[in-house]
Amino acid sequence: MADARALVHRRAGLRLWLSAGWIALVAAAALLAPWIAPHDPLAQDLFLGRLPPFWMEGTEPGYWLGTDSLGRDVLSRILHGARIALIVAVIAGTLTCLIGATLGLLAGFLRGWVDLVISRLIDIWMAFPPVLFSILLIAVLGPGLTSIIIAIVVIDWTRFARVVRAEAMAQGAMDYVASARVAGRTRIGTMLREILPNVLPTIVVLLTLEMGIAVIVEAILSFVNLSISTDDPTWGGMIAEGRTSVHQAWWVLVFPLVTLFLTVLAFSQLGEGLKDRYDPVLQ
Amino acid sequence: MTDLLRITGLHLSLPDLNRKPLIGAAPRIHILKGVDFAIAKGEIVGIVGGSGSGKSTLARTLVRLLEPSAGTIHFDGQDISHLSEAALRPLRRRFQMIFQDPMSSLNPRHTVAQIIEGPLALHDVANPSDRMREALDAVGLGQRFATRHPHQMSGGQRQRVGIARAIALRPDFIVADEIVSGLDVSSQAQVLSLLERLVADLGLTLAFISHDLSVIRRLCNRIIVLDKGVIVENAPSAEVFDTPKAAATRELLASILLPEVGADWQT
Ligand SMILES: Nc1ncnc2c1ncn2[C@@H]1O[C@H](COP(=O)(O)OP(=O)(O)O)[C@@H](O)[C@H]1O
Ligand SMILES: [Mg+2]
Repeated sequence: MADARALVHRRAGLRLWLSAGWIALVAAAALLAPWIAPHDPLAQDLFLGRLPPFWMEGTEPGYWLGTDSLGRDVLSRILHGARIALIVAVIAGTLTCLIGATLGLLAGFLRGWVDLVISRLIDIWMAFPPVLFSILLIAVLGPGLTSIIIAIVVIDWTRFARVVRAEAMAQGAMDYVASARVAGRTRIGTMLREILPNVLPTIVVLLTLEMGIAVIVEAILSFVNLSISTDDPTWGGMIAEGRTSVHQAWWVLVFPLVTLFLTVLAFSQLGEGLKDRYDPVLQ
Repeated sequence: MTDLLRITGLHLSLPDLNRKPLIGAAPRIHILKGVDFAIAKGEIVGIVGGSGSGKSTLARTLVRLLEPSAGTIHFDGQDISHLSEAALRPLRRRFQMIFQDPMSSLNPRHTVAQIIEGPLALHDVANPSDRMREALDAVGLGQRFATRHPHQMSGGQRQRVGIARAIALRPDFIVADEIVSGLDVSSQAQVLSLLERLVADLGLTLAFISHDLSVIRRLCNRIIVLDKGVIVENAPSAEVFDTPKAAATRELLASILLPEVGADWQT
């Protein structure tokens, strides 16, 4: 019996450490890219085009993951690409979370006309198809990092608002809320001190999930060339370029794709891992 | 004796959201239909009634979680029936409630210390952590429970935390709504004798709500029987048990006598 619990704990711990470890690695790459990248990510050298990764025939020393058709170093470009991926993940994820969770919490706990207004807003918002909405937004705002972040926040806050609203509403029906009122706690005080700790685990899971989604959205927008100026290396941009020459140089496509996949996976697992580790109710 | 609590002509109706039409207001469901009684300082009054008779609604109205539709509630001479939440706040320390289900009434993500100290901090009680420890001692929980979360305790222990939270504020009046119904028989007995002792030690006035007369008999000086939102009996305990007047009382009495039918099956 105790062993089964310990096993669950160890598995949960492993999930947390693997996902947190990978994200720490990506963060280190983003911060230190200019110093640890073996080459200039933009430097072209047509004599070094389409070099394969280090374990294959016909490589040049120093180009670990090979080069693309313009002779740019794939590893250096992935390391530099981590910057934009992480900036978008952290800023867009956090902003989406703050706006969506706050509105959801207010609607679900205060109910009444506040809920009426916020719920209508959510309904109207969700009627827009998100992909069309984002492309439209970027067309209006013009491509660029800020536009991507705004597009993600504007489209995805409803994801938080809906879930947090439902959760806050369920928690609001519990007697500990009535008890706080009997003790003389104000409505807002009750929302922050009693309800918030109980929706926080859900918010954390949603937040890290959203960070993963932000990385994908940025990649998709780069892929369709709506993201950053095409010079800055991004994972989505690399995937788009790699796709055209996948038969001659698969590594240009595969390495950024795997990095992207692992990062999104790590973000989605991080929240669950944190919840398993730190939620007092699961201890 | 002076009345600590006086209820006159109390009516309460709530919108019945289950039967709300698509457009327009929900029909109101009339739950308390003219309730009059008073509770003297130091008295322990039992409020009994079948399920759905309005006991919990009455309890919540007494501590002004609900606002009466008509009638008045006087607490220590002051009319609190329609006071705003802000005006009630300073008074709230003086009347407390213990809830039926501690799984729901204790915040699952707070520690016992946070649960008990929260209300103390709100009322600017000095040394809340000393008070919290005192309250834990008073309900027979050791200090090691201070750092636990509700799910790490048994049902009886949780209910003791609910009691500790209420008494830590040193209120004058407590309403306890079916606080032992969720417990097994032995924890029921323990919690009841604990309550009995605390009431005597702290000079509390208590409204003890239950659907089970056998629980009430041992604790209460006086019994109020509620049936479909009206009081059908209000008399000293002995009188209610010996010469019940209302049909609803006899029904409740019959339901506790039922087990004794099994005791003489051999004859
Ligand atoms: N919020 C509510 N909305 C509609 N009906 C309610 C509400 N609360 C209680 N009632 C109804 O009022 C009656 C009395 O409920 P309650 O006071 O909980 O009774 P008791 O505690 O004696 O079992 C029940 O019929 C119940 O269905
Ligand atoms: Mg009840």
